[in-house]
Amino acid sequence: MDGQTVKTLVAIFLAAILTENYVLNKFLGICPFLGVSKKLDTALGMSCAVTVVMVIATAVTWPLYTYLLVPGELEYLQTVVFILVIAALVQLLETVLRKFMPPLYNSLGIYLPLITTNCAVLGVTMLVLEKGAADPSFGYLQSLVNALGSGVGFLVAMVLFAGVRERLEECDIPETFRGLPITLVAASLVAVSFLGFGGVVDRLL
Amino acid sequence: MNIITPILIVGIIGLLAGVVLAVASILLAVPKDETAEALEEILPGANCGACGFSGCSGYAAAMSKGEAKPGLCSPGGEETAKKCAELLGSGAVSMEYKTALVHCMGSYDNTTDKMIYDGIESCSAAAFLAGGITSCRYGCMGMGDCVRACEYGAVSVCNGVAKIDPQKCRGCSKCVEACPKGMIQFVPLKKQAVVRCSNCDKGKNTMQVCKVGCIGCKKCEKTCEAGAVTVQDNLARVDPDQCTGCGKCVETCPRNVITLLEI
Repeated sequence: MDGQTVKTLVAIFLAAILTENYVLNKFLGICPFLGVSKKLDTALGMSCAVTVVMVIATAVTWPLYTYLLVPGELEYLQTVVFILVIAALVQLLETVLRKFMPPLYNSLGIYLPLITTNCAVLGVTMLVLEKGAADPSFGYLQSLVNALGSGVGFLVAMVLFAGVRERLEECDIPETFRGLPITLVAASLVAVSFLGFGGVVDRLL
Repeated sequence: MNIITPILIVGIIGLLAGVVLAVASILLAVPKDETAEALEEILPGANCGACGFSGCSGYAAAMSKGEAKPGLCSPGGEETAKKCAELLGSGAVSMEYKTALVHCMGSYDNTTDKMIYDGIESCSAAAFLAGGITSCRYGCMGMGDCVRACEYGAVSVCNGVAKIDPQKCRGCSKCVEACPKGMIQFVPLKKQAVVRCSNCDKGKNTMQVCKVGCIGCKKCEKTCEAGAVTVQDNLARVDPDQCTGCGKCVETCPRNVITLLEI
């Protein structure tokens, strides 16, 4: 692996976290972002699980798409096949966690099966293929790094927002805005602040 | 257009995933504790924590491992204890009954409000303001946090002080946690004397804020033949294990703050 490739990988990783954040920039995976970010520890657990699923899902769906669906001219099947794969992977992860890490399994609870329907995971696996189509040098390794970066980006967004929400709890908010409305306003402000990272990563390349 | 290939591909992928999951679930099966599951079925499922474990499943797991005895579940009562004991084969169990008791008699007749409170109708909110709104900083404010916490309708607020019906109380500790003053506490359900005051101030200060509050005069301590009553921190306390329920301290109390528990 030469220096240029490493540089590109780092840039992809950072871009996935900062400029192309799936939650704050692409607005995917908003459901867990709003639902699980009330407490810091559940937010951390959930985002770690999402990260693992994103990487494994990309590791499986990328070869499936490239070596099975494209040669068979069956690209239109990708949504169905990807959801199938992600659902199976989440179930598998659940079984493995229950066996080897019962405390983590118990603390994740309902959130683990919910990752199946998390659109951020499907988004990562599908958008990465669009990038590959636009730029032939964006291969398997780059896709995996992108998935990892997206997961970490999800984690960063969740943890940041959990902090914001914990402070919101103590604020004197007008009654009309209490609960979800003020949460959405806060989320949009955090998203706007992430726009500030635009262009930072492009310079690295 | 060939429709067979996509069907085959999706079918095969689904089949593969299914086989992998099936194999994984057999290889990685976690042995389940059947006794614990059966015990959890018997327990009421209130997850109240009165037994001292984290919810009903925690108590069930501890019972099946032999770390806990049946009969700790107050909401379930005798019936649940009996069923659990049958399942465990440990024979008869004695059920310890307890009831939550409001350790305060500061009704509107006995205490006064020291401020005009116009805030949120909640004890925990009012408790932040200068130690509560009543003249006695240990006393019941009567805004009913405990009433809202009780799932069995056992708590009511009457003339500015909370009251718990021992017949309806299931001993779940929700009201004990809800009270910001910490003056709702458990007492064993039997005929015994109870000091219905939580004021730890000196007698003179107590007299200023409440007509009935315990002044720590120690008359009850001297009267008690069983040695069940002691005065600590200017407040009389009754040891339920030693109290015979004779009622002599009730008669002698100059403030009429010791009463017999009505069952």
